[in-house]
Amino acid sequence: MLHVGLAHFLVVAAALFSLGAFCVITRKNAVGILMGIELILNAANINFVAFEHYSAGGLHGQVFALFVIVLAAAEAAIGLAIVLALFHALRSIDVTRAAELKE
Amino acid sequence: MAQADRRGSAAQKILIGLALLSALGLAAVIVGRILIGGMPAEGLPAEQRTGLLFQVGRLFELGQPSDFLWYGLALLTLGSAAGVAFSRNIIYSAFSLLGAFLGVAAMYVYLGAPFLAVTQVLIYIGGVLVLILFAVMLTSHIRDVKVTNSALGLGPGAVVLLACLGLLTVVAGGTPWKQLPAAPLTDRTADIGTAFLSTYLLPFEIASVILLATLIGAIVIARKDDPADAGGPPSPADGQRTRAEAPSQETR
Repeated sequence: MLHVGLAHFLVVAAALFSLGAFCVITRKNAVGILMGIELILNAANINFVAFEHYSAGGLHGQVFALFVIVLAAAEAAIGLAIVLALFHALRSIDVTRAAELKE
Repeated sequence: MAQADRRGSAAQKILIGLALLSALGLAAVIVGRILIGGMPAEGLPAEQRTGLLFQVGRLFELGQPSDFLWYGLALLTLGSAAGVAFSRNIIYSAFSLLGAFLGVAAMYVYLGAPFLAVTQVLIYIGGVLVLILFAVMLTSHIRDVKVTNSALGLGPGAVVLLACLGLLTVVAGGTPWKQLPAAPLTDRTADIGTAFLSTYLLPFEIASVILLATLIGAIVIARKDDPADAGGPPSPADGQRTRAEAPSQETR
């Protein structure tokens, strides 16, 4: 009954994804939005590895999750560089105030 | 006289010791009856035994201790994620992210992916989280809670949250997923390395190029524009200054 199976991991990943989506939708702070994206990517990774472990076998899930981690790191670096540039331009990282690409 | 006294006191001690021993034995029997539930329990099937030990054992029949630990870790993950999503202070959000990443790393361990768990800790906690903390502390007026983490669209956000959670949970719980037979957990880190350098060689190389592009792009984007050399050909003074600065940068 309480034995942990595939569905348990899927439910945790679903909750993680929902919380990340909530974070992305409601935050005005650009860094907060990036945090929500990280949560969503983590949820997807859990799904990759859980399906590999319980349903698919092989290694593809882990390899995909590793690629996702690499791309998430790249996305965080670029995103935070953009946030810093935005802060230098506007003295604020409120995404509702960032409407122009160039000063 | 004194010898007899001593003999009497020795006999008293023996008596007291015997009494203590029998009391201990009685207590042990009572405790044993509570724990195991009496001698007839030996022949009974496991479901009908009444002792405390068997009750605890039955609790463990519901799940392994590792299962209970998993629920704790899931609680850590989701609680921290909720902290990220709902906290009013962006600093608290950033530190909650630590718990979420750690919980996800623990999930990887449960899924037989230790290499991925270590990678998660190294890259997410050691890299991404530190970057995020840097960004938070470099950009916002940290003390002003209203400014740092104000929210908009709480209603639509809550609708999306509940809709996603409900739909995905129903799908995850209701679908008859294909189940592999349980395999023993083995370390497959070497296989991952082989896969990266054989089957996934092209994506691996592309990922390295992407990382290089990210490195350069992040520096270019985040660099503070020097107003002296913004636009126009560099004046001779600029060139002299760069040449003069170059050695000092090398020695650094």
